[in-house]
Amino acid sequence: MYQYDHYDQAMVDTRVEEFRDQTRRRIEGTLAEENFRPLRLQNGLYLQLHAYMLRVAVPYGTLSSRQMRMLGDIADKYDRGYGHFTTRQNIQYNWIKLEDAPDILADLASVEMHAIQTSGNCIRNISSDQYAGAAADEIVDPRPYAELLRQWSSFHPEFLHLPRKFKIAVIASDTDRAAMKLHDIGIQLVRNDKGEIGAAFYVGGGMGRTPMIAPLINPFVPIDQLITYSEACLRVYNRYGRRDNKYKARIKILVHELGKDEYTRQVEAEFAHLLSQGLEPPLAELERIKAHFVDPPFEEGLPDDLDLGDPDFALWVKSNTVAHRRPGYVVANVSLKPVGGIPGDASADQIRLMADLARDYSFDELRVTHAQNIVFPHVRKADLYTLWQKLDAADLATANLDSIGDIIACPGLDYCSLANARSIPVAQKISERFAARDRLETLGELKLKISGCINACGHHHAGHIGILGVDRKGVENYQLLLGGCEGADTSLGQITGPGFSEDGIVDAVEKATDVYLAQRQDGERFLDTYRRVGMAPFKEALYG
Amino acid sequence: MKILTGNDLRTGAVIWWDGSGWSLHVEDAVDVGEHAAEILAREEAARHVNASYAVDAQMTAEGVRPAHIKERIRALGPTVRPDLTLKPADPSALNWVI
Ligand code: SF4
Repeated sequence: MYQYDHYDQAMVDTRVEEFRDQTRRRIEGTLAEENFRPLRLQNGLYLQLHAYMLRVAVPYGTLSSRQMRMLGDIADKYDRGYGHFTTRQNIQYNWIKLEDAPDILADLASVEMHAIQTSGNCIRNISSDQYAGAAADEIVDPRPYAELLRQWSSFHPEFLHLPRKFKIAVIASDTDRAAMKLHDIGIQLVRNDKGEIGAAFYVGGGMGRTPMIAPLINPFVPIDQLITYSEACLRVYNRYGRRDNKYKARIKILVHELGKDEYTRQVEAEFAHLLSQGLEPPLAELERIKAHFVDPPFEEGLPDDLDLGDPDFALWVKSNTVAHRRPGYVVANVSLKPVGGIPGDASADQIRLMADLARDYSFDELRVTHAQNIVFPHVRKADLYTLWQKLDAADLATANLDSIGDIIACPGLDYCSLANARSIPVAQKISERFAARDRLETLGELKLKISGCINACGHHHAGHIGILGVDRKGVENYQLLLGGCEGADTSLGQITGPGFSEDGIVDAVEKATDVYLAQRQDGERFLDTYRRVGMAPFKEALYG
Repeated sequence: MKILTGNDLRTGAVIWWDGSGWSLHVEDAVDVGEHAAEILAREEAARHVNASYAVDAQMTAEGVRPAHIKERIRALGPTVRPDLTLKPADPSALNWVI
């Protein structure tokens, strides 16, 4: 894992003291809210429905045990004993006191963490593949490149006041586990015919009010030009992005309005100019960062077999584990979606337990996934049963990964001041409706995603089944979308028709699954069947 | 009726104007009629409240109830965590919210 050098630490420590002073001045009254608000937002501190909310950055979703333990301690010491893992691979606390915020940031800084650039119109936390460094199918570990981008984008003076927020994802395998094409910039690390590493740039994707799939604008940027090319993409956006209209200010609108070809032409022209400016950090810097991401001391010659005699364990292994690139190891997913639970929430005790288990069974490492789950990336198969037993005892062993029970849901109207409708109760009802093991197994992979408003933090456009909460004359109402998907074959969900009440949407989801079960052919997932038969039979069942 | 709400500057807690100060309980809220703007300006300037605004409400037999669900959820707490609401011991407390 990356460890701060003294520059990183000094930057973060300095920011804590700056914010401490700003907070003091706000409370004393020498700083008005209109002046303080942008400062607190730059430090991840929002004012939400019930209190201040602090969003903490988890760079590319990677955490050490020590950091995870601190996240649990913060939940206890300053919040109400829990945290919420988000679709940006971050964690949020919902009940923060302004006067505590500087102390929390100081605690975070003591474990090389911060909340900088988790809000505002700047480059946000870089996201990545949660299985980075462990996945059998990656061509290289994407995290050093994500870290290089993190360092470039942190406090970048030119890009702290962009037209709108800006999100970048970096992956390194054909299986896109980071919804890369739904980002402002999606970078896929690839190899060319000569075996050299480069970056394919997808620019102008996003969800929200106007969902767009990012087009490929350059299939191979040499790796020693990664930062310069990123800079060129941002510069063109910063120059021409719509600052006059918040709803048209994201880069996806610029790329769409200019057209992919014209946007690309401008980026290439800017890139040619920037190449002469010597912006690119020396490759030695990338090598320095890479040295932090060397393999943990994997053991050789470990057996690959697992005793699956315990049926509950066998179920969890089948559902929640993924092949590791090293023999004798496995990637284990912790679902933060217990039946009837709040997606993404974990108690302070659960967070600390996962920290301890990562220390004991996963070389001190954890990952946060954009599906609001936690990953132990490097578990010896010989330890897996013990790990599962300890997770199970803490209600952390729900076997439902990528099933209809593994619902992504934003905080919605229970916590979020922008919401139109509650997301969490809908997720709870659906997970209870489909809780039976045979139902989950019969339905197979079915990704269901819920947002409480058009901002789409719950990725509803990308759900095989998506749900969007809307406000219909002061009453919560829910639109149903079908056919969305993230990954290599990204597609955007289509609205089925008129919306439903809170209970009605749960019934509607069930009807959609009934259509799937009636229509599916051998081996088809829900998404495959939808793509083959189209919307008509679903509409018929829902409204006919 | 029009009532006033906002957040406590230091703690962020949701608060309601009770005619002479700010209360955690929406039942204490009073109708401010046409005086919303002047009260809010004064109270914001004194840092007694942050991010304040006026909302529509009704007086019911149980007390003051904000008209919109968002304000009703603000008034009590998250509907999915009754233990974290203002009335954790009262399982029926959420009935009027949703
Ligand atoms: S999608 Fe809307 S309701 Fe949900 S967290 Fe985002 S802004 Fe809030």
